Amino acid sequence: MEVVDLARLQFASTTLYHFIFVPLTIGLSLMIAIMQTQYVRTGDEGYKRMTKFWGKLFLINFAMGVVTGIVQEFQFGMGWSEYSRFVGDIFGAPLAIEALMAFFIESTFIGLWIFGWDKLPKRIHLLTIWLVAFATALSALWILIANSWMQNPVGYEVVNGRAQMNDFIAVITNPNIFRQFPHLIFGSFTTAGFFVAAISAYRLLRTQGKDNVLFLRSLKYGLVFGLASVMVTMLSGHFSGQFLVEKQPMKLAAAEALWESEDPAGLSFFQIGNEEDRTSIINIRIPSLLSFLTYDEFNGLIPGINDLNAVYQEEYADVYGPDADYVPPMIWMIYWSFRAMVGFGMLMALISLVGLFLWSRKQLPNAKWFLTLLPFTIVLPYIANSTGWVMTEVGRQPWIVQGLMRTEDAISPNLTPTDLWISLIGFTVVYGALAVADFYLLWKFGSSGDMSDELLPTPSDQPDDLQLENAY
Amino acid sequence: MTLDLNTIWFVLVAVLFAGYFFLEGFDFGVGILLPFVAKNDNERRMVINSIGPHWDGNEVWLITAGGAIFAAFPNWYATLFSGFYLALFLILVALIVRGVAFEFRSKHDSASWRRGWDYAIIFGSALPALLWGVAFGNIVRGVPIDESMTFTGNLFTLLNPYSLLFGVVTLVLFTLHGALFLSLKMDGVVLERTKKYIQMLWIPVVVLVVAFVALSYFETDLFEGFNIVQGVGLLAAVVALLSVGWTMRQGRYGASFIGTGVTIIGTVILLFGGLFPRVMPSSMGAEFDLTIYNASSSPYTLQIMTVIALTMVPIVLAYQAWSYWVFRKRLTTDSHLEY
Repeated sequence: MEVVDLARLQFASTTLYHFIFVPLTIGLSLMIAIMQTQYVRTGDEGYKRMTKFWGKLFLINFAMGVVTGIVQEFQFGMGWSEYSRFVGDIFGAPLAIEALMAFFIESTFIGLWIFGWDKLPKRIHLLTIWLVAFATALSALWILIANSWMQNPVGYEVVNGRAQMNDFIAVITNPNIFRQFPHLIFGSFTTAGFFVAAISAYRLLRTQGKDNVLFLRSLKYGLVFGLASVMVTMLSGHFSGQFLVEKQPMKLAAAEALWESEDPAGLSFFQIGNEEDRTSIINIRIPSLLSFLTYDEFNGLIPGINDLNAVYQEEYADVYGPDADYVPPMIWMIYWSFRAMVGFGMLMALISLVGLFLWSRKQLPNAKWFLTLLPFTIVLPYIANSTGWVMTEVGRQPWIVQGLMRTEDAISPNLTPTDLWISLIGFTVVYGALAVADFYLLWKFGSSGDMSDELLPTPSDQPDDLQLENAY
Repeated sequence: MTLDLNTIWFVLVAVLFAGYFFLEGFDFGVGILLPFVAKNDNERRMVINSIGPHWDGNEVWLITAGGAIFAAFPNWYATLFSGFYLALFLILVALIVRGVAFEFRSKHDSASWRRGWDYAIIFGSALPALLWGVAFGNIVRGVPIDESMTFTGNLFTLLNPYSLLFGVVTLVLFTLHGALFLSLKMDGVVLERTKKYIQMLWIPVVVLVVAFVALSYFETDLFEGFNIVQGVGLLAAVVALLSVGWTMRQGRYGASFIGTGVTIIGTVILLFGGLFPRVMPSSMGAEFDLTIYNASSSPYTLQIMTVIALTMVPIVLAYQAWSYWVFRKRLTTDSHLEY
């Protein structure tokens, strides 16, 4: 593999890994803040125990998100120095602001929340978790402001081969953000909703005990959160799609594997394509639906991959030569990622609707089949989150900044394949080991953790007459 | 020296690194001392809990420094981070396993599980404490940077005696700094052991710092055109470090902790003062130096970022200081431990 492929693989794998933890952090911090608010308002100890139970799972996940996030701040410069030089003027600003406005709040107040149960007045302590929840969402906003500029560059001019910011307001009000931010935030709430619902269902089935009333309450929280959020996620995703035809038509065409332009265009369900010849072999479609989803009417031109490529070849002939290729690699991956994201989103909406129906019939605690099904649904939001990013980022290729800079021109020129193999293998080994530990702890506390403050003895080989409360 | 926006950002980056090394310096030190001052699980938990509420907030100073360099001096960010690729990769791995270790360690009741994470804390604290020194040693000494602002060396270029010496300086200085922090937080037998290490570490730190300053005279141009800012930094560092020897003998560890803190900050001032107006001197010729002008963002971006940074930094300082105030008490053997 070439250096640029290794660097892309590393960036993709470390970023996707980071994003396993981010949505749950964003969503669950809000759910916990709501639970704790209920505790402070009503004085009901049950809410405190819920806060602590879900808080423990939250912290296990949060730690992984924090440490894998440091890599993100560094690896633009490490792997992509020419990109960093080209866009630093614009792209560096939101990253620095994210650290100043969000990371500091998050990291300081999570410490106060974990260690402050007995040291802070109740309401101040409640405020700390709300600040954490707020900061995680704010952090997502700033990183998406940076990412939106890669999808849809605005507020800049190119001076001496570098993109320079000339309108900060335009950069932070990039129209792309108004589609992408709600999509990500509500996707995160969906993730937390399903996480909570799945574990609660598992516990309701397995342990017939004193905590059942709290797990049932948690399950209802999860279902409401999941359903409300997945609906907004789908709606914002729909508007993202409509935005694509305008700003990134190649990504839309790739997501549909639409090789030739069509008016009206159908929505593909299942396609086997030939990427060498750039043609479709089998394609099962609903006529006109893609045009309808895109333009809100049953006709309208959707440009195809081959026509768009020809347009770009003409437009950029002076810069990259007449034969450069502007078709993303691995169309199949974009096509199936899009289908996985949308498909699992719809499945989640259906499952939460069924759950709410059972709840309204007061059947929820007794519907064994539903409680058996729910634990498996925990993977759905994770797959949808990851495939969403795969579609967004692979679909932008070969550009690193849409229309301005190609990925292959963005790499650090001093890196050797050896450098990248070392870091790629190193990250893989470390991340793999941490995933095992993380999963083990989540499983342990999720499947059998008590809904109360438990006492965990110190390891048996060290005799110790002190009993320590192990809240986390 | 005119106070233009480029200079303000150079100073701000220096402030962020000074803050980072002051704060994470002691939590690295605490991690390094873990096996020496704590002999059973309960003691180790006390030691880890002393930095429990703070390590994450301390680390954000580094992330912010990285973000600030990216926003204000993209060419510095690009050259430094791509040039020091493998060194930074090692630092990242260390910080990753260390952060997870704090959170995971006490969540499972098994001696081998906890021992494993203890090693992660020790290794994850010692390696960055060493490598940050090596990295900054190389920055002030100069590394090969060509006309396209690209680093042309490799990992072994960075492993020169001068930079390695500075790595050892930061490693041992942070350890002493951490020991002094622990002396304010611990009680009983752990406190007694900590005091022993404070006595043991002070002389090596003095010797190493003197050796580093002396070697800097031959290996770098830090002392060419020695300016008043550097003078203040050097004087503060030396006086503060000597005062530590005095105050620790009187058992005034709070004053000693301020002393090692001022030594760290003074050293950062000395180094950044010597670099100015360069950010990364090139060993291939002064014409290839990265400076606060040829590495910087546009004046427009610098203006925007100045307004935001000058608004946010005081707020951050206020709530971080408050968090230290909340957790100011000593941990005793019957304290409630979260980690």
